[in-house]
Amino acid sequence: MSSSATFRIWRGDAQAGEFRDFQVEISEGMVVLDAVHQIQAHQANDLAVRWNCKAGKCGSCSAEINGFPRLMCMTRLNDLPLNRPVTIQPLRTFPVLKDLVTDVSWNFRVKKTIKRFNPRPPDARDGTWRMAQADVERIQEFRKCIECFLCQDVCHVLREHHLMDEFAGPRSYVYAAALEMHPLDTENRLADLKDRHGIGYCNITKCCTKVCPEEIHITDNAIIPLKERVVDQHYDPLAMLLGKLFSGSRGQAKTRP
Amino acid sequence: MAEYDEHQHDVLVIGAGGAGLRAAVEAAAAGASVGIVCKSLLGKAHTVMAEGGVAAAIGNVDERDNWKVHFADTMRGGAYLNNWRMAELHAKEAPARVKELEAWGAVFDRTADGRILQRNFGGHRYPRLAHVGDRTGLEMIRTLQDRVIYERVDVFMEFTIVELIRDGDRVVGAFGYDREKGGFHLFRCKALVLATGGIGRAYKITSNSWEYTGDGIALACRAGAELRDMECVQFHPTGMVWPPSVAGILVTEAVRGEGGVLRNKLGRRFLFDDIPPLYRNQTADNEEEGWRYTQGDKSARRPPELLTRDHVARCIVREVREGRGSPHGGVYLDIAWIKEKIPNAEEHIKRKLPSMYHQFKKFADLDITKEPMEVGPTTHYLNGGIKVDGDTQMTTVPGLFAAGECAGGLHGANRLGGNSLSDLLVFGQRAGQFAAQFAKENSAGHVDPEQVRQIARRAVAVFERGHATRGESPYALQRELQETMQELVGIVRTEDEMRRALEKIQSLKERAARVEIDGNRMYNPAWHTAIDLGNLLIVSEAVCRSALERKESRGAHFRVDYPDKDERFGKVNMVTRLGRDGAMEVRMEPIPEMPAELRQIIEEMK
Repeated sequence: MSSSATFRIWRGDAQAGEFRDFQVEISEGMVVLDAVHQIQAHQANDLAVRWNCKAGKCGSCSAEINGFPRLMCMTRLNDLPLNRPVTIQPLRTFPVLKDLVTDVSWNFRVKKTIKRFNPRPPDARDGTWRMAQADVERIQEFRKCIECFLCQDVCHVLREHHLMDEFAGPRSYVYAAALEMHPLDTENRLADLKDRHGIGYCNITKCCTKVCPEEIHITDNAIIPLKERVVDQHYDPLAMLLGKLFSGSRGQAKTRP
Repeated sequence: MAEYDEHQHDVLVIGAGGAGLRAAVEAAAAGASVGIVCKSLLGKAHTVMAEGGVAAAIGNVDERDNWKVHFADTMRGGAYLNNWRMAELHAKEAPARVKELEAWGAVFDRTADGRILQRNFGGHRYPRLAHVGDRTGLEMIRTLQDRVIYERVDVFMEFTIVELIRDGDRVVGAFGYDREKGGFHLFRCKALVLATGGIGRAYKITSNSWEYTGDGIALACRAGAELRDMECVQFHPTGMVWPPSVAGILVTEAVRGEGGVLRNKLGRRFLFDDIPPLYRNQTADNEEEGWRYTQGDKSARRPPELLTRDHVARCIVREVREGRGSPHGGVYLDIAWIKEKIPNAEEHIKRKLPSMYHQFKKFADLDITKEPMEVGPTTHYLNGGIKVDGDTQMTTVPGLFAAGECAGGLHGANRLGGNSLSDLLVFGQRAGQFAAQFAKENSAGHVDPEQVRQIARRAVAVFERGHATRGESPYALQRELQETMQELVGIVRTEDEMRRALEKIQSLKERAARVEIDGNRMYNPAWHTAIDLGNLLIVSEAVCRSALERKESRGAHFRVDYPDKDERFGKVNMVTRLGRDGAMEVRMEPIPEMPAELRQIIEEMK
């Protein structure tokens, strides 16, 4: 099966750029990242691209392939129409550094604003805890996240409206959900999620879930339960009334379903 | 030309995989100001790919397990070339290091009574690997990363260090550049921890990511440090062999731990035909007993598929060479067969081995719950590395520490699966602790501006070459090196082939001086590859020279011209260093006498 395909790759930097076409010989089982590597080795040795494991485990090689946010290492050429050029461009939501590499540092900064893990005292004298497999499985889904930021890229609140200062994005909510639903955690992040991290902006269009390469049910399992908890804590009429009457710390108490 | 930003820390850590992150956490907790530099984004280092689990004798699944058994297993697996002090500390401290991760938010799979679950792995006598399905490395790196970001640690993502800076014999800093703009940076520090991982990219077929170019080992070597056991490169027996674009990607040993079996094209479980004497007492002699072991029967012995990696890899090579391999040059790894034994096998496999299911489905159009996989050996790990003190992790250069894969000693001639994740926790912690202590006890050294200027000049020479000579491509040279190491210094070695490899490395060194690249310093992978190439050439030469000197077969090092163990070589480590003239020297260093109590443990566990 020796044939060739055209790859239309965006090349440039923060100031300017354009699509350039490259012809690549293709072989069985090839993925988009293989094609990019061939282009680097033989046609454009300074073509900038981020990648590490080439096995879908590290989440480095995110890009928009034929307009769709995907991992280059997990996109097989035989799943793409090769009778027309395959376009590869950098994630649109983040500032371009060079070619296919974008500045994703905002994602790392926003993570730090989410309160860290804070466990209850150990259950056993030897300093260990007891947890049921069923309870850990619920958050293991969120902990599968490989931080590829495709969900952040596709989310319209960030992509179209650039609300980076008010909205933390799906990846951050998955991180927050993993902490909030952690069987040992005692921290309360709901007020932050409402005020600082703007979870209310999410109108559950589920675009993030669709692009997740780890198939995490971001909207259903992370964002919606967090939204419900925020509502329970901050908009429950009875709690609000009691809160007014006693103006204590009830609103700060951690609620669990 | 040599303009640069300056940074100052008590402790500088190079590398942000498990060992680097753990060292940074520890040094910060000890009150040191800490900087951590990594070639990629935070959380992308190779630890992320570790699958099977982290070995620690917690004894949650089999109460007969304890540090002594783990120590003896590690020494036996390493064919006794190990630094026994490291093997002792590792076995003793791994349980505490694993439990501590739980306090930091890691969620391991559980036993029925809610404790950390442990699974079987090659060379471990009892179920010992704490795990999270088959993505344990991701769980660990994320736990450590999410701890570091809240500490007083400056993180420098996508930076490359090109040289260490010395004041006399001592290391007092590092010099490098940021990928984004290509700008130079001088990092001054009182102590420096190398945690840069291995050298897998010296080979064509590898499970390692692009970062694995032996940077820390080459940096240490150029700063005067000694290396040890560099001939002991681990080839993991089960990498993917098909399709070509994914050849080398790891297939976790956990597949075999969960009952997966290896067969040749005749359907024979060939590992039953060749069980090494050292393991005969602990290995099942029939298929039924092997199966019972994987299902937790404490009276059963482990199946031969769970023999050490060096042995399993060699047996696979033999099957393929003698014409009993699979169509694409591997053998069959079958987990689907367990449906004959347990109900809901399909669900069970998907739950225990989710990434493997996903990986084969996606890359090879193969459903591992229904069909056998095709697998073959892949370059996986460097058992040797920078020579360190067993307690403090300090190298032979004052102020320079090393931990994790880039440090050598714990694993001897062959590492047991699961011992790398525990290695990076135990010795990452120790390196961080002792580096912070060194920083407290020593003032900042002097950085010679002329030394810095020279380093900077060398780093950008590649841009300033005229077109008078025919330019070489850094990618092409790296490829040639990989092919050379794969063919001539691989799983099965001979004197003649390794001599040829050395000649080739010499000519590649000369050609590397003529590398020419396009573009400028801004995020330029050709430049990065050219810098990596220099490091790969140093570590490849160290592998070759050590392997030539070890005229026997032991652990991961196998020579057809000396196919047996030789007592004389069992008493020494191969130590390499760069001499004053820049030429690499190899010497044999006697292994220190083991204390009586450790010797006794090994005798008792035989």
